[in-house]
Amino acid sequence: MIPPLSLRGVSVRYGDRPALSDVSWDAVPGLTAILGPNGAGKSTLLRAALGLVPATGEVRFFGRPLADVRNRVAFLPQRASVDWDFPATALDVVGMARLPRLRRWWGGLPGPDRDAALSALDSVGMADFAGRQIGRLSGGQQQRVFLARALAQGADLFLMDEPLAAVDAVTERAILAVLHRLVDEGKTVLMVHHDLSLVSEHFTDVLLLAGRVVAAGPVREAFTEDSVARAFGGLPRMMVA
Amino acid sequence: MIGHNTLIVLLGCVALGLAAGVVGCFALLRGRALLADAIGHAALPGVVAAALLTAALGGEARALGPLLLGGALSALLGLWALRILTASGRIRADAGIAVVLSAFYALGTVGLSVAQAIPGAAQAGLPHFILGQAATLTTNDALVAAALALGAVGAVLALFQPLRALCFDEAHAASLGLPVRRLDALLLALILLVTVAGLPAVGLILVVALLIVPAAAARLVTRRLPGMVALAGGLGALAGVAGALASQRLPELPTGAAVVLAGLVFFALALLLRRPA
Repeated sequence: MIPPLSLRGVSVRYGDRPALSDVSWDAVPGLTAILGPNGAGKSTLLRAALGLVPATGEVRFFGRPLADVRNRVAFLPQRASVDWDFPATALDVVGMARLPRLRRWWGGLPGPDRDAALSALDSVGMADFAGRQIGRLSGGQQQRVFLARALAQGADLFLMDEPLAAVDAVTERAILAVLHRLVDEGKTVLMVHHDLSLVSEHFTDVLLLAGRVVAAGPVREAFTEDSVARAFGGLPRMMVA
Repeated sequence: MIGHNTLIVLLGCVALGLAAGVVGCFALLRGRALLADAIGHAALPGVVAAALLTAALGGEARALGPLLLGGALSALLGLWALRILTASGRIRADAGIAVVLSAFYALGTVGLSVAQAIPGAAQAGLPHFILGQAATLTTNDALVAAALALGAVGAVLALFQPLRALCFDEAHAASLGLPVRRLDALLLALILLVTVAGLPAVGLILVVALLIVPAAAARLVTRRLPGMVALAGGLGALAGVAGALASQRLPELPTGAAVVLAGLVFFALALLLRRPA
């Protein structure tokens, strides 16, 4: 099988500081948690794969360069990375995912793309908020709008940067339900994640990072007390199943 | 009674105000407000140099085309200087803008005092570039400014969707494969175009306000970008009318000041009408 994402010898430096060294890893369909301490290079890995930060090494999506398969790859950045006071409704934001499919770049969204955006909002339980200005949504609702934007792209691979950071319990359940549905449909979700307690219950695979790959594979094999200790420097042992 | 020339000047100012309002929305949302100020100030040495060069070549120093071209070139030089200053990360954008803005303005002021002593160049009406004087525009000047302004509006409308995506979430737009660098450069070019086109009428000191004040006022009372852009364009056009009329009736009043004061009235109204957060 061709892996949805394949990294070979990927390295990233920020100035003099190496952020990611020689990462070789193949993603598999399912729900993968990308774990590691602060500064381990988790977000950097996603951004390097997408070409948003300069990196060396080889990146393949479904066996091809990203430019060939853009529509199959959806990116969900950290919620805090944008200005939520921006003059846009939830539907406006979700509709942005349809841009590569538009034949013209002026005016409003064509009917089918608008329907796709509305249906994505519906699948995260936000259909009633389509016309709401995004600044007037709660943090959890904003995160669900971001998830809907990723869904509206109609992708097969999702790269998500901490979609469960600082959300309420209701939002967490709603987001996890959507992710499980994606996995059931055979999609691949790679998710930068902080909370080790959720890993055994919800994820199929892990990638443990500490500036390099510490461990990778199915949760049962790779998410061990020993690998977590090596990634985190021995701190949160009690979290491991 | 409004004469033919007055009418053309009026229309020129309306087009400028419209363009400034429309482009200003994106400048505001992309955090480029101060950059517009730097562009206006950095244009002065180029305007002066163009007047001197035209006079030396025996041309008509008052012709607007060469003056605006010179202004645009030196504004580009200013942006390039800013990029070099901030490249190391040691000097942040605000400090870099302060350095570039004052350095180019000082250079331009010195050039201005030289040019005023030279017959030919002294007739170019260069002091008007500082505070603006719409009433001194010729029909041709107004048409040039209006054409530039309407071109900028057309470009923004044609690329509305990707420009909005760029301003809201650059990383996501890039992940979709949108040409974010080229879009960003285009937006900067549009800001430069409108700023330079507005110099003769509004003046370099206050031209930034024509870009930012209508956009800021519109942002307070709208919840979606299409509405914000339409309202900012309308307010900008109204401010342009107010400035042109004031300049016509009270020739000693700088147009820039009249335009900006009109814009600020709209801004105050918007503050009062603002939707609750």
